[in-house]
Amino acid sequence: MSSYSSSARFDEARRVAIFGGTHGNEMSGVTLVNLWVKNGSEIQRKMVDTKPFITNPRAVEKCTRYVDTDLNRAFTPENLSALGEGDLPYEVQRAQEINRIFGPKGSPEAYDVIFDLHNTTSNMGCTLILESSKDYFNLQMMNYIKKAIDPASCLVLLNEHPLLKYSTSRSVAKHPVGLEVGPQPQGVLRSNIFEAMRVILKHALDFIELFNEGVEFPTCTVEVFRVLERIDYPRDANGNIIAMVHPNLQDGDWEPLNPGDPMFLTFDGKTLHYQGSGTIYPTFINEAAYYEKQQAFVTTRRETLVASAIRKA
Amino acid sequence: MSVLISLYLEQSNSGTNRTTYVMECVSLPPLSNFAICGGTHGNELTGVYILREMQKHNVEKVGSVSITTVLSNPRAVDACRRYTDRDLNRCFTDDLLSSPITESTPYELRRAQELNAHLGPKGSEEAVDLLCDMHNTTSNMGLCIIFNSADWLILHICKYLQSKITSMPVRALQMDLPLSEAFSVDSLGKHGFSFEIGPQPHGVLRADVFNTMKEAVDLTIEWLQQFNSGRTFEGGEVEAYTRWKTVHYPRDPTTDEITAAIHPQLQDNDFKLLQPGDPIFLSLSGETVKHEGDALYPVFVNECAYYEQKIAYHLTQKSTLTLPSINVKKD
Repeated sequence: MSSYSSSARFDEARRVAIFGGTHGNEMSGVTLVNLWVKNGSEIQRKMVDTKPFITNPRAVEKCTRYVDTDLNRAFTPENLSALGEGDLPYEVQRAQEINRIFGPKGSPEAYDVIFDLHNTTSNMGCTLILESSKDYFNLQMMNYIKKAIDPASCLVLLNEHPLLKYSTSRSVAKHPVGLEVGPQPQGVLRSNIFEAMRVILKHALDFIELFNEGVEFPTCTVEVFRVLERIDYPRDANGNIIAMVHPNLQDGDWEPLNPGDPMFLTFDGKTLHYQGSGTIYPTFINEAAYYEKQQAFVTTRRETLVASAIRKA
Repeated sequence: MSVLISLYLEQSNSGTNRTTYVMECVSLPPLSNFAICGGTHGNELTGVYILREMQKHNVEKVGSVSITTVLSNPRAVDACRRYTDRDLNRCFTDDLLSSPITESTPYELRRAQELNAHLGPKGSEEAVDLLCDMHNTTSNMGLCIIFNSADWLILHICKYLQSKITSMPVRALQMDLPLSEAFSVDSLGKHGFSFEIGPQPHGVLRADVFNTMKEAVDLTIEWLQQFNSGRTFEGGEVEAYTRWKTVHYPRDPTTDEITAAIHPQLQDNDFKLLQPGDPIFLSLSGETVKHEGDALYPVFVNECAYYEQKIAYHLTQKSTLTLPSINVKKD
């Protein structure tokens, strides 16, 4: 039982943004945000200003992931302070503009919450992406969402790895929330994936409304999958891929991968096995966009995080 | 085509009385050269990697068959995009192949004419005997063998593959355009067809899809060798999906934007008979649109590349095609 004095206090989440089209060919977010820009009644909540926003309109127009550089890696301090205006890559200019509107990143003026909507070709189902294990507000939100959609599942991926963590568009906000739903091919809109994303956002906004009304959320535990390392495809001396994700691993996101399990299959039929020291939980298995980022999948380990009770300040 | 008489009856599955004609064996010239193309769409990765492996292993001749491997659209492959200026696989009509090349000619039109010179010319005696083009689709279509006109050779290859491949369903799709209007790269060969395997997202290489494509290519080469060495392939029947009708997405009348997604009950149900009243679209605001008209077979349901033309799927009829036995014509 928690008392008021032991709840962590957070400011009301007054300003909330929903980003779609950070990758222009991830269609659920593009479609939802376009829908809500036209008619935002579904996303309105008492005392919350929710802004739907297409982050990369040029990429959306061309139905491509990005035009010059990946927007979802572009929010580095260097980029955000770079000079050069029109000479900068399109996405760097966009990052600066987004930082002006929704940030500045790291400042008290920054938006309270940003939901960034993504799709993946991997069989990840609904995944919430967390950037800090200490963000109790986000952890409580994720706990709320998971309970609300039960028995449907929504897993939490924690990317706090100092080297593998990246500067996302949502990182401009005080509480960044990534929403990744798959499998869906790039450029395709699948009805079930679209609806799943829509439902998760509904619950997320409900949580924010309840929080702003003064509801106290008691301490909770949240199971997360913590990113450990990135595993690339085996390549030859020229950098060409020489094996594919093994059929046993393909589509096996979140299933345990044990040392000795099949991992890759060469083009002439030879199996390469996972050589790690212990069981890991792979995810982002065979994501189309990651071929160029040298990533066949990432490894994670299961952890239980504790979130303190929270209440609005 | 041999002098021996061959008779066949093309029939639909609508329950009309069937009369079977006895078909004489047809003798056809040997097939000595086989061209295999990949990367016609640069982000359909299976064909790209199959070619890479064949080229790595210097596959040039298998028994009596000379094999040419061709990366159709190298620029699109490098960029991992469907095309750079325009869809290469729509550039092979007679008109486009004979259009003059200027400085402003799109890359793919030039490339089509290059490929025509290399593998064709389309419709001529110099054209490659058999051309196979490898594709992927985001639709749940299994392995499809797509061809323009139903010639015996291709139908026999279909029959052979259907009897051997068990990893996924194998189906025959017939386009049936006049040769001058045939627009795909496989129309360059004297005989031509495409392998289309899905579902696979564009830009992704799945091992199961790769293995099936490899098996299909290997079996085709095996068939060619057996044919050339004198084996008679027994006649029979092949079901083919024909007479394509295009269905577009519902759109906003002012902005032309798509306003609905493929309905969950149609999604992934390619080749499942669509009856009047079955749901086809679910609008973004939650309304269901239903199929009206004849019961037909949907194909290419929710193919990514078709959004550009706002095409949701095609509807086809199922036909049973009867084949004679065939063997190679002996000198």
